[in-house]
Amino acid sequence: MTSGRLTIGAFVSIDKDQLQTLLECLQQVGYRTIGPQVRDGAVVYDDLASVNQLPVGQIDIQDGGHYRLEADESAGWFDYVVGPHSLKNFLFPARETIQQLTLQDGSWASTTPEVEGPPLAVIGVRGCDLNALKIQDRVFLEGPYVDPHYQARRERLFVVAVNCRRAAATCFCHSMGAGPAVSPGFDLALTEFTDRFVVEVGTDRGGEAMKTVPATLCSVEDIQTAKDVPKQLEKQMHARKPEDGHPQPRELDTTGIKELLLGNLQHPRWDDVAERCLACANCTMVCPTCFCSTVGEVTDLTNENVLRERTWASCFTGDHSYTSGGVVRPSVKSQYRQWLTHKLASWIDQFDSSGCVGCGRCITWCPVGIDITEEVAAIRGEDI
Amino acid sequence: MSRKPKLGVFKFASCDGCQLSMLDAEEHLLGIAGQVDIAYFLEARSHIDAGPYDVALVEGSVTTAHDAERIQEIRRKSKTLITIGACATAGGIQALRNWHDVDDFIRYVYAHPDYIQTLKTSTPIADHVQVDFELRGCPISVEQLVELITSVVLGRKPRFPNESVCMECKRQGTVCVVVAQGTPCLGPVTHSGCGSICPAHNRGCYGCFGPKENAQPLGLLRDYQSHGCDQRQLVDLVRNFNGYSPEFREAVEQFETSISSDNA
Ligand code: SF4
Ligand code: SF4
Ligand code: SF4
Ligand code: SF4
Repeated sequence: MTSGRLTIGAFVSIDKDQLQTLLECLQQVGYRTIGPQVRDGAVVYDDLASVNQLPVGQIDIQDGGHYRLEADESAGWFDYVVGPHSLKNFLFPARETIQQLTLQDGSWASTTPEVEGPPLAVIGVRGCDLNALKIQDRVFLEGPYVDPHYQARRERLFVVAVNCRRAAATCFCHSMGAGPAVSPGFDLALTEFTDRFVVEVGTDRGGEAMKTVPATLCSVEDIQTAKDVPKQLEKQMHARKPEDGHPQPRELDTTGIKELLLGNLQHPRWDDVAERCLACANCTMVCPTCFCSTVGEVTDLTNENVLRERTWASCFTGDHSYTSGGVVRPSVKSQYRQWLTHKLASWIDQFDSSGCVGCGRCITWCPVGIDITEEVAAIRGEDI
Repeated sequence: MSRKPKLGVFKFASCDGCQLSMLDAEEHLLGIAGQVDIAYFLEARSHIDAGPYDVALVEGSVTTAHDAERIQEIRRKSKTLITIGACATAGGIQALRNWHDVDDFIRYVYAHPDYIQTLKTSTPIADHVQVDFELRGCPISVEQLVELITSVVLGRKPRFPNESVCMECKRQGTVCVVVAQGTPCLGPVTHSGCGSICPAHNRGCYGCFGPKENAQPLGLLRDYQSHGCDQRQLVDLVRNFNGYSPEFREAVEQFETSISSDNA
């Protein structure tokens, strides 16, 4: 048994039930604990009071426009992958009041609401989503304009990551260098075995949280076995082949992707996808890196009380590209092209990385199953 | 505005649900009454001011010759004319008659068909007069109505996002009923505004707020059909409160043609 605070880089083994102890420790020091659970047929993120709420023994079958949960005898505590929600829903909420204005004695008084509520601890964050978090950090925290609300939530965020040992057919993190192994940035990372979890400590806060959780230090071999879990999956993902009756496994060739996409702005495939795309914006809403928002004023009848509200927006609307001269991207074709070329090409110039981590959400949650990997492959001129 | 704007609320063929939504705006009503002069609103008060009006809110569709004349008069008397709800904007559920012979209905339903005077079609207000703004919904949303009246009082543009119902689902964290359950839903082609109530209660969207910009209902219907949804049910899903809106109407007509050619 270990005792006291664990140091960064330590690997310990805990009985599965002790995840509950960790959860309670986090709650005791004031965290609001969030974790995966089943709601309306999908794994979503919501308040997690107890590990009994976890979708233990369930796996998700995902494909274009298709998501179903299934009980699976061999499934452990975390063998479903990502659902429609991501960290974005919590750090960059869909609706938020960013300023309040009141007219008092002929002049406006302005207040910026503080971020309220306890700090968040999120359990079950996957490799792809940890990378998505780093991308959103670049958007909201770097450069001259730091987003104070995002910052306040982000600085207090506690991440319990999970190394995937199963991928859905829609997962292609292996193509994007974003998973399945979790990369640094977590406080604690779990790797699941039949009867226990191996816990890697990523930060001092993580080590502190483990202080009262009964754990044994891992041997060198144990650590290697744990590290091999996501590596094995990654190998499998590279070798995946289409199988009869199974959803097609996804991959995306990123070689020269910026030049490929920006050099093909007139490719006939854009017309083809515009025939199928409904411009419903689901892909942008579920994408863990998409960050567009719109800001509007909500006034009361007297016009003396004004709320400035920020709301998630999407490039799949005319409003998104509305300027004084009119709408710049009125057609579905131009909107889809904006989404794909920004995500995979111009994002690189803007933020020094791809805007895609290969989580597959945009494929699964597109009601008509439009597949980003298939569209890129088509533009590359490959057979699909 | 120095003088309070004069508001008239007028009813055509409708169920009164949108007007009831106005009365439902309880906590706002006093404020509204303080800021606008409610000059004509038979559902709420018997006082009648013959106009002219700054703003006319029109509920219902045109189904009689008398109504076709009345809407002209209201337009003449009103600076701004706003349609409220699916009947006024797209003809409403009563526009189902437009695909059939109305005389047949009259014969089946009424003991004395000769007492009934009606047009063969139910048509939106915009088919008769110029409409300045359309407030969507079946019924309209109370919040949107209050925002509309506020914007009229303050002389600014109303703030109504032009987007799909899906965006509201995702902002609320609602799990998509199409993807997770295979339930057909019109959300991807429907204008937002309801707060995506139906998907939040595990139902598909019925399209109450009518087509959104760039709506592609035909593609959606064909996709649902390819996933095994019943063709007839899909037609009925769209040919609904907003079935007579041009986008929904054309899509269903093409979809039906493809059904009959498939069966041929
Ligand atoms: S994309 Fe990769 S990291 Fe993300 S859930 Fe799938 S396998 Fe795990
Ligand atoms: S573009 Fe699609 S696969 Fe890539 S991060 Fe966004 S949702 Fe995930
Ligand atoms: S790609 Fe799919 S999810 Fe995205 S806007 Fe088009 S139809 Fe909607
Ligand atoms: S439930 Fe309907 S409205 Fe909601 S996201 Fe799915 S398709 Fe769109």
